[in-house]
Amino acid sequence: MDVVLLAVLQAAVVALGAPLMVGTLRTLKARLVGHRGPVPWQPFLDLRKLLAKTPVVSDTTSWIFRATPYVLAGAMLVAALATPLLTSRPPLAFAGIILLMSLFLLGTFFLALAGLDAGSAFGGMGSSREVAVAALAEPTVMLAVFALALRANTTNLGGIVERVSAEPQLAINPAHLLAFVAFFIVMLAETGRLPVDNPATHLELTMIHEAMVLEYSGRHLALVEWASAMKLLVFLSLLANLFFPWGVPAGITPLAMLGGLLALGAKLVVLAGALALLETAIAKLRLFRVPELLAGSFALGVLSVSAVFLLR
Amino acid sequence: MGALVYALTALLGAGAAAAGVAGMLGARWALRIDWLVPLGGLELQMDALAGLFVALVGAGAVPVSLYAIGYAGRERRGALAYAVFVAAMLVVPLAANVMTFVLAWELMSLASYVLVLDGARAGREAAASAYAGWVYALMTHAGLACLLAGMLLLTAWTGSPRFADWTAAAPTFGVGARSLVWALLALGFAAKAGGVPLHVWLPLAHPAAPSHVSALMSGVMIKLGVYGLLRASLAWLAPAVPWWGAALLLVGAVSAVVGVLYAIVDRDLKRLLAFSSIDNVGIVLVGTGAALTFAAADLPGLALLALAAAFYHIVNHAAFKSLLFMAAGSVLHGAGTRDMEALGGLIKRQPWTAACFLVGAVAIAGLPPLNGFVSEWLTFQALLQNVLIPQPASNLVFALGIAGLALAAGLAVACFVKAFGITFLALPRSETAASAHEAPVIMRVAMVATAAACAALALGASWVVPALAAVAATLIPGPPPVTVGAWRTLEVSGDFATLSVPAVALALGAGILLPFVALVALRARPRPRRYETWSCGRLLQTARMEYTAIAFADPFTRVFDFFYRPVKRLDIDMHPESRFFVRRIRYENPTRFIVDDWLYAPLGRALRAVARRTAIVQSGSPNLYVAYVLAALLVLLLVA
Repeated sequence: MDVVLLAVLQAAVVALGAPLMVGTLRTLKARLVGHRGPVPWQPFLDLRKLLAKTPVVSDTTSWIFRATPYVLAGAMLVAALATPLLTSRPPLAFAGIILLMSLFLLGTFFLALAGLDAGSAFGGMGSSREVAVAALAEPTVMLAVFALALRANTTNLGGIVERVSAEPQLAINPAHLLAFVAFFIVMLAETGRLPVDNPATHLELTMIHEAMVLEYSGRHLALVEWASAMKLLVFLSLLANLFFPWGVPAGITPLAMLGGLLALGAKLVVLAGALALLETAIAKLRLFRVPELLAGSFALGVLSVSAVFLLR
Repeated sequence: MGALVYALTALLGAGAAAAGVAGMLGARWALRIDWLVPLGGLELQMDALAGLFVALVGAGAVPVSLYAIGYAGRERRGALAYAVFVAAMLVVPLAANVMTFVLAWELMSLASYVLVLDGARAGREAAASAYAGWVYALMTHAGLACLLAGMLLLTAWTGSPRFADWTAAAPTFGVGARSLVWALLALGFAAKAGGVPLHVWLPLAHPAAPSHVSALMSGVMIKLGVYGLLRASLAWLAPAVPWWGAALLLVGAVSAVVGVLYAIVDRDLKRLLAFSSIDNVGIVLVGTGAALTFAAADLPGLALLALAAAFYHIVNHAAFKSLLFMAAGSVLHGAGTRDMEALGGLIKRQPWTAACFLVGAVAIAGLPPLNGFVSEWLTFQALLQNVLIPQPASNLVFALGIAGLALAAGLAVACFVKAFGITFLALPRSETAASAHEAPVIMRVAMVATAAACAALALGASWVVPALAAVAATLIPGPPPVTVGAWRTLEVSGDFATLSVPAVALALGAGILLPFVALVALRARPRPRRYETWSCGRLLQTARMEYTAIAFADPFTRVFDFFYRPVKRLDIDMHPESRFFVRRIRYENPTRFIVDDWLYAPLGRALRAVARRTAIVQSGSPNLYVAYVLAALLVLLLVA
């Protein structure tokens, strides 16, 4: 019963926290460049507006196009249940990082198909680029996982969190820090942030994610946007709790989880601030420079794994 | 006539599958008929490993044979060769001496060679089929030569053609002798399995054969190469020498990446699937290599884990690859082409085929909750524990294997987005695709059953994996590497990694339904309006505005241009009066195969040069030939 309660609670935190997170990020970015910017809860207003609108669906599309928003949202909800957010024992306590990454890939797979489904060149272009970025990010993820698993002797997410909190000196280990940077770059690529993709642009020829979802409208678009926000939140929480697992309680008492929520909130605000600063400071890379960035993060992953072997 | 043969083959497959499962569970029997075959007689022996592969061939042949009734049931051509092919594949794992093995192996190769030539005989793409058959015959016989050399060496050293005697005598040989024989056998078996760089026949032969044969060749036949590798490394020549495992691991990682890289740029649906088989054999070889390395490092628990993962991927790949080839055959049957640039929009004309292909695509891309994900996950868990081997060189090989496998997994997702998206979605790109028809009922039944098997293999992982680990334990004795906890959770090496596939499937189902139910409850479901695709205000949408297969793969061609070495050819045909009126633009950007360019082209040139030199002795003069005979006789007399 506890598990079901925890699942409901955690799903609610991610479902409601994700739009708030994206809103906060936008507000921070606006403030950094001297604009007043929207209120942090603006995404909720956008979602409400989208839900009320009549979706327009192209005649060319098939059931894949209409099913994809649900599959995507479902995959992100499961990812949310598999991540140690409030406690180190998430509802799907067996989950490891490979499962989590595969859930993200499942979302990408269907979204890329939906991009092709409408038969416009924009959707195809977005799909092709999105899967290219996702495919090239994959080896880095595995190497970063490898580095973490080597230290913690488990690939279980909760297990890694517990192991690193038990031995805080692990968190300042060079292997750990290199893995963090590699994973951070992968996060930028996977969630479509600068310098890989610009979440604010609607210029068809430069964008990746936005081109792919160009055909969506109404409730379908609402679901896609909400799922993308959840992906960002899950990725940032993963960075926060895997690499800096301070304040993640092992028990699931109400008080402990409140503490866990506050700690997670604080860490997310710091990470969102860093992300906003980064996105304000740098420009988008040319598309075919992105593989170089990912190769760099792959090199960091290799260094991280070698550091584990050298320092054992 | 054809239909009857296929139905009987399906029955044979079902019987063999039952016998194979009995063998996996411990039934042992042997059969020996001395007079049937010269040099040692026909000798068959059932053990757990043989049982696994007999069950694989048998279970694979059942849906494929049913499918063949719908696909080629009215033709007599090819039916008999197909039945011989299946029967020979069933004998290979059971063979217990050299003569039986070589006969079954060669029969399997010849029967499939005849089936590859099918296109040439039927007058479809005659030249391509003939070339494919020629390369296939050449590679398979080069492989057989290596196998025979290795086997005859062992026979000479032990004085016995029986495999059981080799196993008993192997520990007395030196490491060098065993490694020599292993290298010969590994070359032969890896050529059959399609390991890079011996894979060249595979992308030619598999698409040329009729689709039900492609399904069996990719799903089952190439796995018999892996069977041979396992038998040679863990029985005939045991104990394994450390470098064998490392070599297999590296070949596997290279095959995985190279296979999927070629798959991603191909526009022929069946050839794409054939290249993807090289990728999947690579994953299996990585698991096998890891198992040998762990066994050599005296870590039997991890060796069992890696071997069980390899077995599991073998079984899974047989399921989803035969499903994909059957669906591709249904596309060919219904739309008349397998060129993806002429397909598109088939999901509306062939809903069943599309749904089955989608299941296969999700499975082969390694996405949860289907079976490809579970076996790749298990392989990764085995590889990630390599830190227990205290040799940095080994650890480096494993790290390369992990990175290669991860890259291959990511690229496979892209590859199957392309395969499904371009073939089945958007508008049809040709007349034939626009008028495609759905497959007949019996083909659909076979595909749906195989798709269900993909789901069952994933949901039943907690039953399948321990059973496969038990088979592995007959080769490498050790503790069970996987235990099963609450919620059918697979627990790998204690608490190193855990996964409950039913829980993931359940959570995914609930997660997909939840937003739907919430929207219904909120009454936020206005009826969608149908309209055309938005595209910058152009007047009408045609299939020429869609992304093509080549365009989809373009980012990969650019990123990996050091690998593809694309050749750009731009040819502009202008009006003779004025160069401002362009009549036709032709743009080609074909990728090249570096293995062909760097290995086989020089090899072919060298062979031809040697052949020209030695052709001098063939003068055409009978007098000279008589002189040769005389000289040979004299030399023999002198030597004797």
